[in-house]
Amino acid sequence: MSDQKTLNFTEFRARVGDLRGKEFWRSLEELSRSDVFDEFFEQEFPQQALPLKKGVDRRDFMKLMGASVAMAGLAACRQPAEAIIPYVRQPESIIPGRPLYFASAMTLGGVATGVLVESHMNRPTKIEGNPEHPSSLGASNSFMQASILGLYDPDRSQVVRRLGDTATWSDFIGAIQPVLNAAKTNGAGLRLLTQTITSPSLGAQIQQLLAMFPGMKWHQWEAVSYDGAREGGRMAFGSYVNTVYDFTKANVVVSLGSNFLDEGPAHLRYARDFMGRRRVRAGEANRMNRLYAIEAGMTSTGSVAEHRLVVKPSQIGEMANALLNGQGSNPFLAALLKDLEANRGASAFIAGDEQPAAVHAIAHALNARYGNIGTTVTITDSLEVAPTNQLASLQELVRDMNAGAVNALVILGGNPVFDAPVDLQFVKALDKVPFRVHHSLHYDETSLHCHWHIPDTHYLETWGDARGHDGTVSIIQPLIAPLYNGRATSEVLGALIGGLDQTPYEAVRAYWFAHGATEESWRRWVHDGVIPNSALPARAGAVPNAPSPAPAIASSGIEIELRHDPTLYDGRFANNAWLQELPKPQTKITWDNVMIVGPKTSEKIGYDADDRDGNVNERRTRFADVQYRGVKMRLPVWVVPGHCEDVATIYFGPGRERGGKVAEGTGFNTYPLRFSDALHGGPGAQIAMSAASEIYPIACTQEHQSIDPKVVGERGIIRAGTLAAYLKNPRFAQAEEHGSDVAGEGNESFYKPYDYSDKHAWAMVIDPSVCTGCNGCVAACQAENNISVVGKEQVVHEREMHWLRIDRYYRGDVENPDVFHQPVPCMQCELAPCEPVCPVEATSHSEDGLNDMTYNRCVGTRYCSNNCPYKVRRFNFFHYADYDTPSFKPMRNPDVTIRTRGVMEKCTYCVQRINAAKIDAEREGRRVRDGEVVTACQQACPTQAIVFGDMNDKTSAVARLKAQPQNYAMLEELQTRPRTTYLATIRNPNPELKPESADTGREG
Amino acid sequence: MAQIFHRSANTLSRVTIFGAIFVAGFVLWTIGGIVRSPYFTNQGIHREQVVPFSHQHHVAGLGIDCRYCHTSVEVSNFAGIPPTSTCMNCHAQIWTNAEMLEPVRASYRTGQPLHWVRVHRLPDFVHFNHSIHVAKGVGCATCHGRVDRMNLMYQASPLTMEWCLDCHRAPEKYLRPKEEVFNMAYVAKDQATLGPQLVKKYAVRSLTHCSTCHY
Repeated sequence: MSDQKTLNFTEFRARVGDLRGKEFWRSLEELSRSDVFDEFFEQEFPQQALPLKKGVDRRDFMKLMGASVAMAGLAACRQPAEAIIPYVRQPESIIPGRPLYFASAMTLGGVATGVLVESHMNRPTKIEGNPEHPSSLGASNSFMQASILGLYDPDRSQVVRRLGDTATWSDFIGAIQPVLNAAKTNGAGLRLLTQTITSPSLGAQIQQLLAMFPGMKWHQWEAVSYDGAREGGRMAFGSYVNTVYDFTKANVVVSLGSNFLDEGPAHLRYARDFMGRRRVRAGEANRMNRLYAIEAGMTSTGSVAEHRLVVKPSQIGEMANALLNGQGSNPFLAALLKDLEANRGASAFIAGDEQPAAVHAIAHALNARYGNIGTTVTITDSLEVAPTNQLASLQELVRDMNAGAVNALVILGGNPVFDAPVDLQFVKALDKVPFRVHHSLHYDETSLHCHWHIPDTHYLETWGDARGHDGTVSIIQPLIAPLYNGRATSEVLGALIGGLDQTPYEAVRAYWFAHGATEESWRRWVHDGVIPNSALPARAGAVPNAPSPAPAIASSGIEIELRHDPTLYDGRFANNAWLQELPKPQTKITWDNVMIVGPKTSEKIGYDADDRDGNVNERRTRFADVQYRGVKMRLPVWVVPGHCEDVATIYFGPGRERGGKVAEGTGFNTYPLRFSDALHGGPGAQIAMSAASEIYPIACTQEHQSIDPKVVGERGIIRAGTLAAYLKNPRFAQAEEHGSDVAGEGNESFYKPYDYSDKHAWAMVIDPSVCTGCNGCVAACQAENNISVVGKEQVVHEREMHWLRIDRYYRGDVENPDVFHQPVPCMQCELAPCEPVCPVEATSHSEDGLNDMTYNRCVGTRYCSNNCPYKVRRFNFFHYADYDTPSFKPMRNPDVTIRTRGVMEKCTYCVQRINAAKIDAEREGRRVRDGEVVTACQQACPTQAIVFGDMNDKTSAVARLKAQPQNYAMLEELQTRPRTTYLATIRNPNPELKPESADTGREG
Repeated sequence: MAQIFHRSANTLSRVTIFGAIFVAGFVLWTIGGIVRSPYFTNQGIHREQVVPFSHQHHVAGLGIDCRYCHTSVEVSNFAGIPPTSTCMNCHAQIWTNAEMLEPVRASYRTGQPLHWVRVHRLPDFVHFNHSIHVAKGVGCATCHGRVDRMNLMYQASPLTMEWCLDCHRAPEKYLRPKEEVFNMAYVAKDQATLGPQLVKKYAVRSLTHCSTCHY
């Protein structure tokens, strides 16, 4: 390897200095501008340059040709006869061919988010957020989108098992009776372990059970722990509380290690409210807020913060103490304190879920001090049926199991064998229990250690109820009968209670009829998906106790920061291929978990940049050995700019041993690093590159399909500025301001322009100012458009099929850069470079300006994708679509063709939705109304960063946005006239911390 | 050096070259013919059905409107195949013992649906919507032929893309007044005058861009 290839962070910093703080960069490799990287970009489509492993000789050639001739014969076969199977008695509401929408709710960590489920002839095919639900307001995240795949997952557990062998539900009833009879006296020795429960009806059932068996104990454990928030609330208010934020009223938001825009049960609502204050529009009053983030690893929240203070996780408490004491011990805190003072009653402190109780208590105290309680912060009773310190609860269970005090354990959901803290040695304790039952969606690690396994139902298969982030109750409504003999949680509890005859529907209904429901209101609640006015009331006069300062943590060695995986959560979604292949926010890594370190730390641990940069085509890295509290582990290293030095961030969740074909063997199980006294990591780790470390490929999508870095800065692909610069010159992002040579060249083009004047002109405006890079849109697009999953190996070869990517750009210092997210779908150019080069006219122009992609005509020359300057076309190199798995067939959107091998595909602006709306409008003899066509990405986006509509209609939302002074087209000098345009990112930095540069108005 | 080839080889080579072009042309012409033929398009082929349902009897003989059974034709992409209960509306009263109708009664009795063989089948990459065609004045018979004269249902049109485009390029050739859409016997008196008028009246556009049907 030549010296030029070596990444050297000292050089980096020098280079960044050269960029005068004006240029954007996407990755460290790009910044290094190494020969290899340049070569990689010259290739443009490295994935298509994969050579055949060996040459083809004449003999093989003849064989192949012979085979193709034979196949050609096959292709000419007549289509087989197909049956049409009508109903015997057709339900009144069903019109074949028209989907119905039903309200339901999905829970994660026990807390509900309302959903609307699209159902084609009773087959649920797509999840949307429920606009009536306060935690969603119509938005959805990747977990919700991918839950449809979770429903049809062929690896879900399908039968009751006894010691691994097939059994029946009645076998189980028979087996548990003696156990229950033995416990009849007082129930001592009978234990229930659940996850967090906010469901009032399940809570009532458990209370009934506890009343039947007074000696019985109920434990709760959830690996993604909210104990810090729970205990912090109790420290501040004397009992467990729930904190609800209203970011619409907050001018200054301080995150103490919190990723509130992308994690937690309320993140969709918080992102909507928070980003609603970041839309800068000409002619509207500016209400822009400001976010200060104190964090170690780069989170989605930190990435959109104006000011990000990078400290070790252990120091966040220290920073909270400093704020509490009003000490502006560094410029960040000093400026923040001034800003807070100026915005009394209009700020918000939010502590991270990973933070200890003390930090949460301080956040409450700070909110009280700055007058936020009652304005931006509301304190209510806890959402949970029985809030408890879950770690203590699990510890108690393990202690009792070890002491032989547990005769029977029923585990409802969860996977404690996999995710319990390692020092509890849960398996060892569990094996001492004479009768163990596990109720779960998959036959997983815990099921393997239990005598009985009962398959669970998916939330789309059963009735239930749960509370949203503010306490609003949703009725969970099933869309389909259980696919795999699953039993709902209420049925298992019913079996314990003895009310065997009660179906989940009856259980939920009976509960609510006993709590004020009438037939009329019940129907209304089920229809709407929410029970009106069921949000928990604010606690009157909630005044937090004076907090004690957060304990100082002596930091030694490298600190480990443990967070749940952004796409697999605690590992429960590990068998969901959509989520596995979804690029993780910030790192853009798929199918893996890595150890994230900062640039300097990577040098310190002996990470040679050659390791990763040696072949950027196949993104790769090497392993490092982590030694932490006696645990040794090998993990691949990944360097992320802006990551705190001397901190290694590790996600837990992947690395499952059981639980489905997709889950098993992907990623690394990092739970062994999780100790009960340090659930979120701690100091004292030793990390060094493994001596004999092999190269490990990483499927990271960041440099895939991206635009030549040399043009990123010059051509203004991403444009950003400060609010102050915008107010000085609203047109700061325009080409003429921007120094690009496009200005003045008019609309000259080689090609004859189309005339759209009397037609619709579909167009999109994306506002990266409000994008958090959460990937909700990418997952929604995948679900709506039947997009295939390709697997890790193919992603490494840059063959991922997502029609929409979110490009991540950095600007400035490697140690703490500004981050920008830019979703890039097909631009639907009016003069599209892809169209003239197709030899078979498989891609052509529609009357309303779409670049149509006709799959059945495509012969796979890939010329279009070569000629696309935006790199938004995706090619089916192999037969990625799963035509065979029966359970996937009903999952697919019937309005979208499933693409086969050798076919190009790309974003269509959800043409199936456009056509449906157009047909409805035409039938009624009117034009399509603004807002009638909503693309899948737009519908999912929590922050409404994507707006779609007819730009010929000058009153439409999209036309109004296109008239904004900060609207610009990507690569406009190419005269492609893209229909998708962007608004320049505007942030609102504190002038005290980031003095504005005077030159172009762009942030300096 | 002596001539290797006889003089006749010149003629032979010419014949071979031109012959090859002719043969290639013939092969293409044959393929073109085959893909348009009923063998390939299934045009005109009767399908054996579970019950030998006669459209002729029900439509021409009894005068039942298309929409009595195909209920969703005006609102959905799919015209709808009637549920067994629709058959039983009448057949609970008449022909209650007909052996021919036993599958229908069995279906109603057992709740097991009837399996009809699809007659009009478009490939999965084509999206056709009945409701918009009906709304714009395309008669049932325009595509489905004189269903009222069909004893057993068959596909009257080739359903090739060429055939679709014939109308999509020049809708005025085929449009009829909306009130005549379900009239099987309708024949325009003067299509050349009426067609353009209807195109204007119903705001019919010639939609030939790919995503009209392919997406």
